[in-house]
This record gives sequence, structure tokens and C-alpha cells, in this order.
Amino acid sequence: MQQTKQRGAMSWVGDVAVIFGKDLRAELRTKEALNASLSFALVILLLFSFAFDPSSEQTHDIAGGLLWIVYAFAGTLILNRSFVRELPNDCLDGLIAAPIPAWTLFLGKSLANFVLVLAVELISLPIFGIFYNVRWAQQGWALLLVLALTTWGLTVVGTMFSALTVNLRIRELMLPILIYPIMIPALLGAMEVTGPLITGKPLEGDLLTWVRLLVGFDIIFTSLSVALVETVLVG
Amino acid sequence: MREKIIYIFAAAAAVLLVRNLYVILLVLPDEAQQGPIYRIMFFHIPSAITCFIGFLAAGISSAIYLATKNPRNDAIAVASTEVSLAFATVVLATGSIWARIIWGIWWTWDARLTSMLVCWLLYASYLMLRRAIDEPTQRAKFSAVLSIFAFSDVIIVWKSIEWWRTQHPGPVLSIRTGGGQMNPAMEAAIYWNLLALILFGLVLVLVRLRQEEMRREIDGMRQMAHAI
Amino acid sequence: MSDVAVDCSGVWKFYGDFPALRDISLEVPPGRCLALIGRNGAGKTTLLRILAGFSKATRGRVSIFGNQPRETDARRRIGFLGHGISIYDELSALENLILFARMYGLAEPKKAALEWLELTGLTRVRDGLVREFSRGMRQRLAVARAFLHNPSVLLLDEPFTALDDRAIGVLQALLQAALREGRTIVMSTHQLREALELATDVALVERGGVAYQGPRTPEMLADPGWLYARYGES
Repeated sequence: MQQTKQRGAMSWVGDVAVIFGKDLRAELRTKEALNASLSFALVILLLFSFAFDPSSEQTHDIAGGLLWIVYAFAGTLILNRSFVRELPNDCLDGLIAAPIPAWTLFLGKSLANFVLVLAVELISLPIFGIFYNVRWAQQGWALLLVLALTTWGLTVVGTMFSALTVNLRIRELMLPILIYPIMIPALLGAMEVTGPLITGKPLEGDLLTWVRLLVGFDIIFTSLSVALVETVLVG
Repeated sequence: MREKIIYIFAAAAAVLLVRNLYVILLVLPDEAQQGPIYRIMFFHIPSAITCFIGFLAAGISSAIYLATKNPRNDAIAVASTEVSLAFATVVLATGSIWARIIWGIWWTWDARLTSMLVCWLLYASYLMLRRAIDEPTQRAKFSAVLSIFAFSDVIIVWKSIEWWRTQHPGPVLSIRTGGGQMNPAMEAAIYWNLLALILFGLVLVLVRLRQEEMRREIDGMRQMAHAI
Repeated sequence: MSDVAVDCSGVWKFYGDFPALRDISLEVPPGRCLALIGRNGAGKTTLLRILAGFSKATRGRVSIFGNQPRETDARRRIGFLGHGISIYDELSALENLILFARMYGLAEPKKAALEWLELTGLTRVRDGLVREFSRGMRQRLAVARAFLHNPSVLLLDEPFTALDDRAIGVLQALLQAALREGRTIVMSTHQLREALELATDVALVERGGVAYQGPRTPEMLADPGWLYARYGES
């Protein structure tokens, strides 16, 4: 029989990594959420081409908003799966029983969702560029920063509410109703800054205000979720 | 005792409202630029303030619920959220009527209108979440978490949408402007009506609270009956 | 450290105003096996979930060797086997056990996992996805998952209910060995025979309260319905 390891002050990093690895491995093995989310993103991109003339200048002006609507909708499919994945076989019980703090469980799951949602975004971005004839990569790094900041905010809120709705009868109906209104500031900021970045404007001046908003959103909702997740998971 | 407080507050609110309506409709003159329609602000502004006080109270009560797990705090949270949501609806409706007359449109995507709508949606989702959970302890806990998230979000929404665009009239009350924006008699009328609406809101919350407690009692009895 | 393994005193659990547990007090010293007996809906599962830290008591105090169930020390000592197997279908048997070994902070996760695959007779299929396992194999894997971190308190919710013969054999051997080693077991059951053979003490749970509590006696083994007939409500 084995002894348990001495746990240092940074042992939570290991706990987060274990959960992160588990979720990512399980998802990559089935690719259920990933495939669904990607094809949903493609379908919305296609539908938008009917609503707006894809080649017109006007479409470039609304590109930021259009992209984030696609991301928000497609991302929800992944976020919804996050805790639903734990339902078969009562796996959630196994996780809650384990001697790791609930917030490390939450951060591990959020990180896995973050990577998955970001992957969907990065794959659909060039496709968007081709379909709508947009040269989106002119401010590549700044765009990546904005994608990462916004996606983290959406992921944290989505993962938290995925945990909160997981035992509800009508969770698929409740999750979008709960998370989209809360995501509004982050989505607004992202739309305002992504549009100019795609058309090649540098990240400065007014645009930085929106980046600050995104950082603030991320900090506030990450802290709230970390503080409250134990209450949500333990009855 | 509670009964008596409700009646006293209700009577005070009614007397105040009658007095305010008299002042607003018969004493104060029409505003120079807007004409008679400006009077809607005597309900618009106090309703907005009342609804935020209510949402704040719901947020605080929710946080206390999570700390103490006392079902009373959950009842206070749901009662003040529902009443505040009603006031928020009044704000949106009166605002729209005013906008139709002055701007010629029912709705514009101005900062404050948009944030008020987001706020309304957030708390509507709170009530929907409550309906979706049957088990009372879980319902109380989850909706408390949502209430805290929602109130934090409301603050961010107001800040962010203010940067986005503003078309709504600027602040008029002298505590925000430092004075001189408005006829003192009109401003006084706003404060009097704020008092009336807060009292009225309080009465509604107390009545709703009593109803919530009865509902809990009935639920408990019903479960007891099922268990036997 | 307390010398009582599982201690709960004055535990109430309310769902709204409905008391699912009423004033439950139990003490289980190390090396004993307590069988919680009672009908479905009596509150056995609720009590076990509170002991395991999945759920919090509305009133009262629960401790596992002196620690509250949600504390890391207590959670490390508890092994829980519930209705669900708490095993991931998309992962292989080995991956599942390594995952839990890591979460429990074992020094050599892979070694512990392999050891338990051997003990439960799953070495041959260690790299197979759990999705493809038969019912019996899944249950044995669940037993391995619950015992993997060498828990000193075993909380078992209806452990024998859904098991096939081989899994029952594996579990009974493990539980008997555990008792000999001085570990503590609390299990809920309505299948009296298997449970009573292991139990050193019994508690009859009815409508959220403890109707009878005491050592298991030979009459109980001879006639499993004896307890209900004697102390239960009609």
C-alpha cells in the first residue's frame, strides 16, 4: 500500500492539471462537443452570408459583431457539455469526493473548455476570412490577445453555470438564458475591439479601454466563481 | 405586528402618492421645452432608483443566505427581486412613452436604455431559474449565486455601455450635478415621489415575503403528507 | 485525532421545511462495520452522502476521525461506493484509476492503479475503454476505484445491489480483509443477508430517524426480517 505524497503550497497546480488533462483527453477521444461546435459555427457563418452581402464594405464594419455571435453560440455547445459529461455513472460524485478543493476542479474544467473553445475560434477564423473576403491577420497578435481574454471570460461564466444547471431537468434551456445576459459586457467589449483589429487598426487609444473592460470582467467573474463553486457543487 | 407595519406603510405610501400627484399635476407648471410630458420623470427617475435599491438588497440578502443558509434571506431576495423587476418594467415603459413624444421613437439603443434592458433580462432569468428548480434548498442556493453574479454584472454593464454610447439626458438631480440643472420645486417633487415609491415597494416586498413564507409552510406540509 | 472513526451527533437535514433526517446520532469506532437498514426513502442514502461530504447537514455535527467530511484529511480517508460507478466511459480502465490515484495524491499513481487492476482481475483489459466493458467488469473497476487510495473509512451505498456474483465475491473478500485490518465500514442496504454477515452493528433507519441501534445479534442472521418485525413501524 502506498503513502500519499507530501503536498506543497503549489499542489493545486497539479490538481488543476489532472482535471484539465482528464477533460481534454475525454473530449478528444470522442470529439462530440468539438465537432458539434465547429459545424454549428460553420452553419452560422453560412447563414450570415444570406443576411448580409458578404463582399460589401459594410460587412467588414460588422465583422467583429458577427464573429462574436458565432463564437458565443458555438462555444455554448462546448460549455454545456462540461458538467453534463460528469452525469453518466455519477462521475461528479467521484470528483467531489476526491481530496482536491472544488475551485481547482473548476479551474481545471474551465481551462479545458478554454482550450476547446479557443480551438473552435481559431479554426473558424480563417474560414470566416475566406467566406467574407476579410484579411483578418493584419493585427494577428492583438487579435489573439482579445480572443484569449474574451474566451476566458465566457468560459468561466459558462463553466460556472454549467455546474449550476447540471442537475436541472431543463438545463439545455436554462444555460443560454442564464449566461448570455451575463456575457453581454464581455461580448460588447470584444465586438467593439475585434472589428477595428480585423480591418487593420492597431490596438491603441479607445480600443485599450475595451481591453481593460475584458480584463476586469475576467478578474471579477473568475474570483466570484472560485469563491462560490464549492457552494454550488456540495449540496 | 408585521400586519400592522404593512398597513401603516401602505397608508403612508397612499397619502404621499396622493399628495405628490396633486403637486405634480396641479401645482408644478409645464416645463418650458418639453411641455406636460416632462411629468413622467417624477415616476421614471424614482422607479429607477427604487429598483436598484431592491436589486442591491436582493444581492446582499443572497450573500447572507449563502453564509447563513437561513431560508428567510432567500425569501427576502426573491421578494425584492420580483418587486424591483416590476419597477424596472415601469422604468422601461415610462421611458419609452417619454421617448416617443420627445424623440419620436419608442426605443433607441442608447446606453441607459440598453443597460436597463440587460438588467431586466438578468433578473428575469433569475425568476426563470427559480421556476426550474423544485427542491427548495437547492433553489435558494443556486438563485443566490445567480443574484450575486447578476448584480456584479449590472455594475459592469452600466460602466461598459456608458462608454459605448450615450443619448439619454444627463444627470439632473443636484446630488449628481452640483445643482442648478433643475427648478428646486421640481427636484423636491422627485424626492417626495421617491419616498412614496420606496414605501410602496417596501409594502409589496413585505406582502410578497409573507406569501413566500406561507408557500414554504404549505410545501413542507405537502412533503410531510407525501412521506406518510 | 479522535478515536471514533465516524461520529455524527444531532444531524438534521431539511429539504425546504421537510426533514429528511431527524436528529441522527451514531458513533462507529475503528474496525467496526455498521449496516444501515431501512426501506427506500428512509434516509439511508441522504445520511451516507452527508457522511461522505457530498451534502451538508442542516444541523448537527459530523466528523471522520475528528475532521469534518469536507476537509481534505477526511476526504483522503473516505472511500465511497455509491449507486453510480463514478468511472469515465471514454477513458480506459488504467487511465481511470491513474486519474483517481493522482487526485488522491498517491506517490506512484501508476503502480497503485496496476496493483488494483490485478486485485480485481482486470489486468487483461487494462487498456480497454470502459464503454466496452461488461457490467460486472465495470463494477469491479468501481470497487478498485473506491479502494485505490487505501481508505480507512468505507462508505458504501447499497454495495451488493447491482453486482454480479464475481463482483460480490471480490467485494466481500475486500471488506472482510478491511475489517481485519481495523478499517471502518458504514453501509446502507436492504439486502439483509450479505450485509448482516459482515456487519458488527446495525441501525434501523425509519422516516429519517434511527429506530433501533445496537450490535448485530445471531437472531438477526437467522431471520433477516426479525429487526423490522421487532422494531420497525408496521
